[in-house]
Amino acid sequence: MWAWLHRLGSPKRFYGWSGALARWAGWGSLLLGVAGLYYALFASPPDYQQGESVRIMYVHVPAAWLSMFIYMNIAFASLISLVWRMKVADMFAAASAPIGAWFTFLALVTGSLWGKPMWGTWWIWDARLTSELILLFLYLGYIGLLSAIEERDTAARAAAVLALVGVVNIPIIHYSVEWWSTLHQGATVTKFEKPSIAWTMLRPLLLMALASTLFYIMVALRLARAELLRREADSTWVRELIDGHQGGGNR
Amino acid sequence: MGDFLHMGGYAFYVWASYLLGLIVVVVNLWQPRRAEREVWRQLKRRRRNEERMNESETP
Amino acid sequence: MSLARAWGALLRRDVMLALRQRGQLANPLLFFVMVVALFPLGMNPDPVLLRSIAPGVIWVGALLAAMLALESMFRSDFDDGALEQMLLTPYPLPLLVLAKVTAHWLVTGVPLLLVAPLLALLLNLEGEAVVILLASLALGTPLLSLIGAIGVALTVGLRRGGVLLSLLVLPLYVPVLIFAAGAVGNAQAGMAVTGQLAFLGALLALAVALAPLATAAALRISLD
Repeated sequence: MWAWLHRLGSPKRFYGWSGALARWAGWGSLLLGVAGLYYALFASPPDYQQGESVRIMYVHVPAAWLSMFIYMNIAFASLISLVWRMKVADMFAAASAPIGAWFTFLALVTGSLWGKPMWGTWWIWDARLTSELILLFLYLGYIGLLSAIEERDTAARAAAVLALVGVVNIPIIHYSVEWWSTLHQGATVTKFEKPSIAWTMLRPLLLMALASTLFYIMVALRLARAELLRREADSTWVRELIDGHQGGGNR
Repeated sequence: MGDFLHMGGYAFYVWASYLLGLIVVVVNLWQPRRAEREVWRQLKRRRRNEERMNESETP
Repeated sequence: MSLARAWGALLRRDVMLALRQRGQLANPLLFFVMVVALFPLGMNPDPVLLRSIAPGVIWVGALLAAMLALESMFRSDFDDGALEQMLLTPYPLPLLVLAKVTAHWLVTGVPLLLVAPLLALLLNLEGEAVVILLASLALGTPLLSLIGAIGVALTVGLRRGGVLLSLLVLPLYVPVLIFAAGAVGNAQAGMAVTGQLAFLGALLALAVALAPLATAAALRISLD
């Protein structure tokens, strides 16, 4: 019943279709990114209260969305890896982690940059920023565990367990931080939590979010493919691939 | 143009955010390229060594 | 041997082994006291101020002390091969894990509970808040052992897994910290604490059911 999944996930097959997907994602991300930037910086209005600083939202919110989305991907790939023993899923999870951490970091710093002119401080212990900070620790722990264990397969499986434990804890952590934040924040503005839903502002937001998502897919696939080649170096299909490219070319 | 760069007084915050975003993109574009180049170089070298050994073996 | 007796036997063995090294037991406890005692030294020891930071400080101290004590959970059994033997027994590994975690809690968590009134004294925590502090520790310290066990199992094969262990486990401890310290803070303000304690209880029930499974899976991976 799962034969099709195994076929899709076999190293050679995966290498085949992931290349095309990565290329499409790359071009898509570029086009959408340019369009998104145009609307974000030029063709959208300043906010009634926040003025031009609302444009930071078009970087901050997609980064925050992506930081969560990527962790979900890592958890999903970890589940597939543990249940179906797919090496390819391992590699995709490991490839997703660094960029996930980068987006979390971006969300945190742009959150600060957005907050400083609005709230007057560089850091505020509100629900979103605090949750993002804890998410960054989860990412760094995952990356740390992967690099600490020498045997690659053991490292991947241990990291997979960690990712699944993390994903179960994320709703609990979010809920706890939300509760804690409402208890102590009082009059602090929370309107920045929900982006404005005016179409003129939603459009750049969605464009940037889509562009970043496609960008992530491209990056993770390319990293996973490179790792795949390294690990499957002894197999025939890799040998044939190299032979076909001897004397120059890449990819 | 001046107004655009000025960003209603929030220039530093807005441009710092977009610059950081650009840095994240550039770093994450560079990483896979470097990994790919590395792997291809290694694999090609291995292949060449293998072929050299095969040739030397055939009498 | 029935499951219950196997569980009891392993529990008894671990507790007896730990009691033989009584000196080691004292370390996390002393650490707990010292960390809490350092705070007044680092600031203005105004009683009102100390009282307001007491819930958070005591609980962060408990977290750190619990993390220090985590390594001993599987270390000696890993080193002498007893852990591998446990993996080979016909008993379900999560059950054996639960026995070891319970033993670990009895030996490292309960002492924290016993010394907490002293720390409450140091930070001017009084009245009902002290009772709630003990209740939060009673619910929270088993949680720290259960959740911590997962981290220890993932890093047991590493030579210097100590700091990585902290990094792995601390984010998972955050909900416990929030609700436990929150309960004590509420008690100080004369507000209801049933919500927080109920949440801790629910987390504990969830952890007792799931954490041994994750820990067992992690052990099998680490000892492969």
